[in-house]
Parts: sequence; C-alpha cells; structure tokens
Amino acid sequence: MIRLVVRVRQKRYPGATRPALEALEMSAAAGEIVGIVGPSGCGKSTLLGIVAGLDRAFEGSVEVDGRSIHGAADGQTAPLRLGMMFQASRLMPWLTVLDNLRLVLGRDPTATARARRLVHDVGLEEAADTYPGRLSGGMQRRVALARAFAVEPELLLLDEPLVSLDAPTASRLRRQLVELWQGTRPAVLYVTHELREALAVADRVLFLSPGPGRVVLELPVDLRRPREPSDPQVGELHDRILRLHPEILAGAADRSGDDAWTPETDADRSTP
Amino acid sequence: MTAGRRPADAWLRVLSLLGCLVAWQLIAQTGQLPLLPTPAVVLASLWRHVTTGELLRHLAITLERVAAAFVVAMGIGAGLGILMGRRRWVDAGLDGLLVLALNIPALVTAILCYIWLGLTEVAAITAVALNKIPTVVVMVREGARAVDQGLLDVATVFRVPRGRRFTRVYLPQLYPYLMASARSGLALIWKIVLVVELLGRSNGIGFQLGTYFQFFDITSILAYTLAFAAAVLVIEGVGLRPLERRLTRWRA
Repeated sequence: MIRLVVRVRQKRYPGATRPALEALEMSAAAGEIVGIVGPSGCGKSTLLGIVAGLDRAFEGSVEVDGRSIHGAADGQTAPLRLGMMFQASRLMPWLTVLDNLRLVLGRDPTATARARRLVHDVGLEEAADTYPGRLSGGMQRRVALARAFAVEPELLLLDEPLVSLDAPTASRLRRQLVELWQGTRPAVLYVTHELREALAVADRVLFLSPGPGRVVLELPVDLRRPREPSDPQVGELHDRILRLHPEILAGAADRSGDDAWTPETDADRSTP
Repeated sequence: MTAGRRPADAWLRVLSLLGCLVAWQLIAQTGQLPLLPTPAVVLASLWRHVTTGELLRHLAITLERVAAAFVVAMGIGAGLGILMGRRRWVDAGLDGLLVLALNIPALVTAILCYIWLGLTEVAAITAVALNKIPTVVVMVREGARAVDQGLLDVATVFRVPRGRRFTRVYLPQLYPYLMASARSGLALIWKIVLVVELLGRSNGIGFQLGTYFQFFDITSILAYTLAFAAAVLVIEGVGLRPLERRLTRWRA
C-alpha cells in the first residue's frame, strides 16, 4: 500500500436529522501515523467503521492507490491487509490468547510461530494458553494489539486504543504499539479524544468538527520518537496549539491565528 | 470450579436417588400394595429381562430412534433458529407457524405421521423430530438474537474466512443455547419416542410397555422403566455433562 484516500461526501444514519459526517476528506501514507482528534460524537468511530469496511452505507469512497478497498460495485477490490483495535478489546472469550491470534492468521503453517512471537512481543508469553476472561483489562488490550499486528497490516485502524487504562499501563501499551509499528511501518489511523495522546504518537493530527464531522484543521507533528504525552516538547506543542486555536478541541479552528500550523486542508471548502 | 464438579455434589446426587429407592421400598413393603411391587422384586425382574428376555434389544432400538430424532431435530431446529434470529423477514414469516407447531399435541403429530407416511420407521422418527424442532428453534433463535455484532465485526475486519468465522466466532456464542435445547430436547424426545412406539411400532421400549400393560404386568413395566431411566442417566452423565463442561470451560 502506498496511499489511502478517504472521501466521505455524506454519511447519515437512518432517521438522523443531520449527517454524522459530511464533506470529509483525508489521506494517509504508508509509514505514517495519522492522529484523528475531535469532540465526542463527532463521528470518529463512524469514520473508522467506514474505512474498516464495516459500514458501507455512505456516499463516498475509500481507496488505496486508486482502487476501492471494500468490494466496489465492479468487484475491483484491492487486496489489503487490515488490522484494527477497537475501543473494547473484543477478544473471543472462548479462545485462548494464542488461538485469538491464530483466528485471524489462518491455516498457514507459520501462523502459530508468528502468533507466539507476537504474544512474546507484547510480553504475554506466560498467558499464551489462558482465556482472555482471566486477564486484566490492560493485558486484554495487549492481546488485541498483538492481534492487530498479527496480520502484518498495511493499514492499521486504532479506535481509542488506550482509553480507560491507568497511566502506567497506557504508557506501556503505547510504547509497545510504536515499537511494533516501527517493525513494518503500516499506515495508521489513530483515533483519540485526547490531544496530548495524539501528539505523543502521530506524525500528523487531524481535527474533526462536531457532527457533521469534517476535517477543520491538519497539523504536522515534527517531534522525535520515542515520546510521551508528559514530555515537555509535547506539552509545549499542545499548549501552542490551544493558544492558537482555543476552541479546537470543541472542533472549531481559529482562523485568525495562522502561523506555522496553517491548515493544509481548506476548512472553508463548501459542500460539493 | 463449577458446582457440578465438586465431589460433595456428586454424592448428593447419588444420595437423593438412593433416598427415592428406599422410600419406594418402605412404602411398598409396609403397604403390601398389590399394584406396587418392591424395588427388590423389580430389580430381580429387570435382571431376568436382561439375561433371558429381549430388554436390551428393545432398549437399543429405542435408543437408535432417540438418537436419529435428536440429530434431525437439533440440526433442523438449530438451522431454522439461526435463520429466524438473523433475518427479520424469515422470523416474521415463520413465527405464526412456530407458535402453532409448539402447541400441536405430540399425539396428533404421531397419528398424522403414521397415517400419511405409513407405519414406518421414517414416520416414527419424523413424528418425534417434529415435536422437538419448535422448542429447539425457540431457544436457538433467542441465542442468535443475542449474538455480539462486535465480535462478528472483528471477523469481518480481519477477513476471517466464512467457515472459520462460523465455527470459531458465531457458533460458540450459541453453545449455551444449543446445550440447553439439547438437554431439554433429550428429555422431551425420551417421552415422545415411547408414545410413538406404542402407537405404531412393533418393537422398542414403548411397544413392550404397551404389551405388559395389556397383561397388567406391573413388575415388568417398572423393570423396563428402570432400565430406561438408567440409560437416560448414563447418557446425561457421560455424554451431555462432559460435553457442556468442555464447551464452557473458558468460563471457569
């Protein structure tokens, strides 16, 4: 995969008075982590569902290198290895940790070895034959992380992967995530409602407006890895963004404060 | 560990059965009732039927019918239940029929099957299966409605092939419902098989019971019943219970 391009002209849930997403365009390149930040209810998860192919009822397209990735009408589907972490770990409780990974890996003879290596990578080799119900929430999340990387994804979708974890657990999982990412460098869409979180992980951050969601601001993050949300540079960038765009976390970009972080996308573009 | 596995529980199970036996013995002995032989007499009769009579042959035939009807009813019932749980229009189309089928007396199904299909093995098994299918459908449909879409989404995103998705993601969510309908199903099938045998077969436990009823041979009737009850307990104990434990061990 070279480049993912997502265009959502409109996404409206049945019976809803206004669209969940409208005139949203975004892209991500291989080797890039794109943070997606926005107030709750702005359609972040809806967007990921569309990219994941779970939601086909929208106007627009999801393309990789010019080909639709989810069963286009002409049957031209680009083969794309997709990995995903959901807000909840969503492991099969009746499968052991190892079998949860093998579930997505197939009958390939190397699958078991690969599953074992990933379980090891996230530090859970002791728990390989345990059922998820006996693991802590943080450990379950690590299994979900291992599963997402098990398929060697070209595109990785992360929906609030660290939400509701305590700080040390979240920090550990974040490090493991970035380490695994550096192995194969897939394109990553990283959805979070925390700006610091996004700045600690992403190469680029997109800000969404409240529903109907669209990209109101796009900022590059030129900070060296590894980084933590508590790092001074991250904090400094965070504060600077909020000074320039005080309402950005509510989904409104301040048009007067343009400087180095001028939006790359034109937020004023009218609906086609 | 789960309650069923504790040794104390197993003893209680045996004790309650033994208690029943003792109570029976006491009542029969003190009352000197002509229509209630003592357990000792019944056991002796059972032994005689096993060693010199044809009890085992009839028992085997009945068990075969139970097995056939069970497999047919579970297969069709589970298939229909899944369909009705997943597809609204199938549910709407079949729900009325289901309520009707649930309420048709077993005797009616049996008589009609014998009339339309002849006094054949197929008719007997069809009649039993038809009685059981609606209850399987109701339980499995409940399970299919409760299936976690989130887990199916995982399978979709990771492009898990259809077959594996069904056996490892979908079906395990139905196991509790399938197990419940298997157990209640066996209980129901045991009962109906005997009626069907009495009505239209010339072998099997039901047929034998009918014969002994005509002779008013209460001891033999009780002996056959005992043999049958023992078979039920064994199948429950070595078949269903371990299977259920295996399928739900992840909950432990």
